[in-house]
Amino acid sequence: MSLYTELAERIRANKPVVLLTIIDGPNLGATLLASPGTPALGSLGDTELDRVATRDALGELEAGRTSVRNYGPSGQITPEDLLDTPTVRIFVEAFSPPPQMIIFGAVDFTAALAKVAKVLGYYVVVCDAREVFATKRRFPMADEVLVTWPTPVLTARGADLGPRDAVCILTHDPKFDVPAVQGALDTNVGYIGVMGSRKTHAKRLERLAEVGVNKPQDLARLMSPIGLDIGSRTPEETAISICAEIIGRRVGRVIPSLRESTGPIHK
Amino acid sequence: MREILNDIDRWREQNKRIVVARVVDIEGSGPRDPGAAMAVNQDGEVSGSVSGGCVEGAVVAEALDILASASPGRLVKFGYSDDEAFAVGLTCGGTIHLFIQPLTW
Repeated sequence: MSLYTELAERIRANKPVVLLTIIDGPNLGATLLASPGTPALGSLGDTELDRVATRDALGELEAGRTSVRNYGPSGQITPEDLLDTPTVRIFVEAFSPPPQMIIFGAVDFTAALAKVAKVLGYYVVVCDAREVFATKRRFPMADEVLVTWPTPVLTARGADLGPRDAVCILTHDPKFDVPAVQGALDTNVGYIGVMGSRKTHAKRLERLAEVGVNKPQDLARLMSPIGLDIGSRTPEETAISICAEIIGRRVGRVIPSLRESTGPIHK
Repeated sequence: MREILNDIDRWREQNKRIVVARVVDIEGSGPRDPGAAMAVNQDGEVSGSVSGGCVEGAVVAEALDILASASPGRLVKFGYSDDEAFAVGLTCGGTIHLFIQPLTW
């Protein structure tokens, strides 16, 4: 199997993989492929360079970073070792699995949000406890549709959620959204958005307080009302405002979120 | 790379020779981040992109030249103020560095 075939297979299977290519110096064009926990494939032309560069590349993969790194022909990295040697420049391209979006609540907004999230490259999971609503037929664009409650989903998958991932809670039902918020707050997920009017959110905060969720640093993580204040009306427009909020917060931009404004959401 | 895998697979099944161009570095403002990729086959068919459409034409020419000259690959730079080698550049004022390489691996 060629390195390319192996790379394509791992990318499609959402397995983390990093591709190293010599873009300058001896052995120009040589490639090496590495994934955590499996032996590297291919070679950069020197076993010591392979070892050192693979080690560094797996670190870059972990951080989700793509970069160019410089070595000596045998993997030297200290400046004094590099003095009299040609430099090997290696393009380290990290292919991280796609970010995840877990959407709680199988409503019209869910279909639109799942669609937009797919365009942005998310792995999308839709979850609702009502089996008449949570069907693959209603959400063909979702990667998974789960008929269950939030707690088991977040208990099973919470450890995998990180800064790139999102939890969107679109139910307006306290039975469902209180455990969803609680479960999401127990993870390191980067974005937690909760749908509902300002009134609904105020009531939700009371219910959350009743179950002990009242720390300011926890409540500060909740984006509610969900989305940017761009005057969305349809489910599709709302999906855009939610995804735009996720993008903006990920890169630390200050943007007009509904949370920071006052008055009616729909003017 | 993810979005061009299907086209590359199809071309490989047709035994086409293929060149892959990848953004490896950007300076200043650049339309696509490192990792953005574009593939060109021996017939000049294209999949993917490495800029906002500013340099793709020049990349095709470069790719076909790489196939013709049996080159192992080359680093190519495109920039707005770049007066050497290429008459195309990025209107946004940034510089992109591409590694263009035959897909023989």
